Amino acid sequence: MDWPLFLEFSLVGLLSGGLLALIALGFVLVYKGTRVINFAMGEFMMLGAYVYWTCAVPLELPWWAALAITLAAIGLLAAAVERFVLRPLAGQPVISIVMATIGLAAVLHGAAEGIWGGQNLALPELLPRKPLILGELLLPGQVLWSFALAVALIAAFTAYFRLSKGGVAMRAAASDPVTAYAMGIDVRRTQRLTWVFAGVTGAVAGIIVASMTSLSPSLGAVALGVLAVIILGGLDSVAGAIVGGLAVGWLEAVTVGYFGGQARDVVPYLVVLAILMVRPYGVFGTRDIERL
Amino acid sequence: MRIGDFKATYRHDEALFDTPVQRAWLAALALALVAFPFVAGSYYVYLACLLGIHLVSATGLNIVTGYTGLISLGQAAFMGVGCYTVAVAAKAGVPFWLALPLAGAVSAAVGLVVGIPSLRIKGLYFAVATLAAQFVLGFVFREWESVTGGVRGANVPAAALGGFELSGEQRLYFVIVPIAAVGLLAARNLFRTRVGRAFIAIRDRDISAEVLGISLFRYKLAAFAIGSFYAGVAGGLWGYFLRVATPEVFGFGQSIFYLAAIIVGGLGSILGTILGATFMTLVPEVLRAAVGWIEAAGVADAGVYLAAVREVVFGLLILGFLVFEPHGLAEVWRRTRRFFHLWPFRT
Repeated sequence: MDWPLFLEFSLVGLLSGGLLALIALGFVLVYKGTRVINFAMGEFMMLGAYVYWTCAVPLELPWWAALAITLAAIGLLAAAVERFVLRPLAGQPVISIVMATIGLAAVLHGAAEGIWGGQNLALPELLPRKPLILGELLLPGQVLWSFALAVALIAAFTAYFRLSKGGVAMRAAASDPVTAYAMGIDVRRTQRLTWVFAGVTGAVAGIIVASMTSLSPSLGAVALGVLAVIILGGLDSVAGAIVGGLAVGWLEAVTVGYFGGQARDVVPYLVVLAILMVRPYGVFGTRDIERL
Repeated sequence: MRIGDFKATYRHDEALFDTPVQRAWLAALALALVAFPFVAGSYYVYLACLLGIHLVSATGLNIVTGYTGLISLGQAAFMGVGCYTVAVAAKAGVPFWLALPLAGAVSAAVGLVVGIPSLRIKGLYFAVATLAAQFVLGFVFREWESVTGGVRGANVPAAALGGFELSGEQRLYFVIVPIAAVGLLAARNLFRTRVGRAFIAIRDRDISAEVLGISLFRYKLAAFAIGSFYAGVAGGLWGYFLRVATPEVFGFGQSIFYLAAIIVGGLGSILGTILGATFMTLVPEVLRAAVGWIEAAGVADAGVYLAAVREVVFGLLILGFLVFEPHGLAEVWRRTRRFFHLWPFRT
């Protein structure tokens, strides 16, 4: 058993799991706020990366300007989605809302393919490539920096939810909208803000993923793999998203390291099926009473 | 205005086609379907065969999603299972009238494997499990080279009845359309029986259903197995029709296609399945014709955007019908019929 190799795979896996945790945070935010799995999350990621590319490459803006424009644009898109797609469907059964997010994903995916074409594009380099060498282990620089960024963002969000008035209002509106209304919280505004946060999270994650690999309309497929993370961690738990992200990241890296790159596509989905058999509510999810 | 429509026995009350007028129209439809391939061009017969396959698959999905309330995002993958089963079975010499039910059975078995862990919990977990199944099956189609031929796909020998080879849309029409008709009738009849009503009860109020003694897990599993059986048969027909089984056609996009078909047509309605499948089969044709006109009008290279525009149109159809007409085209038809039934009175 080649321990240094296993350790290297494990560490790289845990580090790339940070990014998965960030994407999972976007899913969990929407689920906590509206009880809906947002199947269009991957498309938010992809569009964020495309808008950033458009600002950075043809328009040649500096990275901070491109990032600001991207976050504003995707935030606006998310708010528009909440207002024009989800608000009219409020009160409909969950099946309708889930299918609405699927339809939305198809619209955004087709629009991106139409506007930017299907070929692979390259983002300018964002994260430094210099690797960290710990004894025998080589940790790629990009993976390290993406982990650091993900940790910073997750910490910022967690601090916001715990400590700020707006964050507490969001949590209140998510857990009991009627009482929140009675206490004077504008539930509609918090729901819109939830979607904006999810969109912004997705956009940042999309930019990072695109800068590490290449940019194409199929970038959104990464988000479907993150479903494994939220099933493992629990659909409505932020802590679960973090733990699940690290776990799935580790599992993916170890599997790809020992079984080859093809396995990367299927590992998250096998994880989903396994978790559903053993512990469907995930490690940290709230256990609903209803079970057959 | 509909008058003189009263029933004297339970059997007449439950009948699927109750008035003589309805039965007459049905007979006319049957005659038209039989005559169709002899009068229409071969492209339209091809479209009709494709529509038949889409009908079978959409019926299966409507049983699972529309009547039982379980969101299934993997219908295309189960079709793929049926298609590859037919490819393997036909190569081994199994005749087509045995290979098609076998394809359905294998698909139903895979559906059981996916359903047993995931149907025990309520909520969106089943949808996520079917999505996982979609991608895992896609992986299997691409990687299990010895059975599926990998990315290149597998060729399907032609169906044959005795020595009479069934290939080409003219002949396969008379295989696909009867199978689709039987499938639709069977589904419509299913919801007159105890099992079908149990499915509807599960969708509408599952706690009450359980109180009434309906075992939720068993009936949900049965619904999903039936839906997968339909998908497998549809996949088998696809194999015999297109003569090849490849991984790309059974991807997530195709699952969205069938979901869109039943949402547009109407969840929980067989007429909705027919309307939705017809609508969705015609939409790509209309788009292609539109692109042809735009190109003829001078805008070159409009065809490049066809795939992207098609996807946007599918998504907009799903969103539009969900927001404005959640019960689909079937509801539009029902409203029209009611208007004429009650005329001169208003609804």
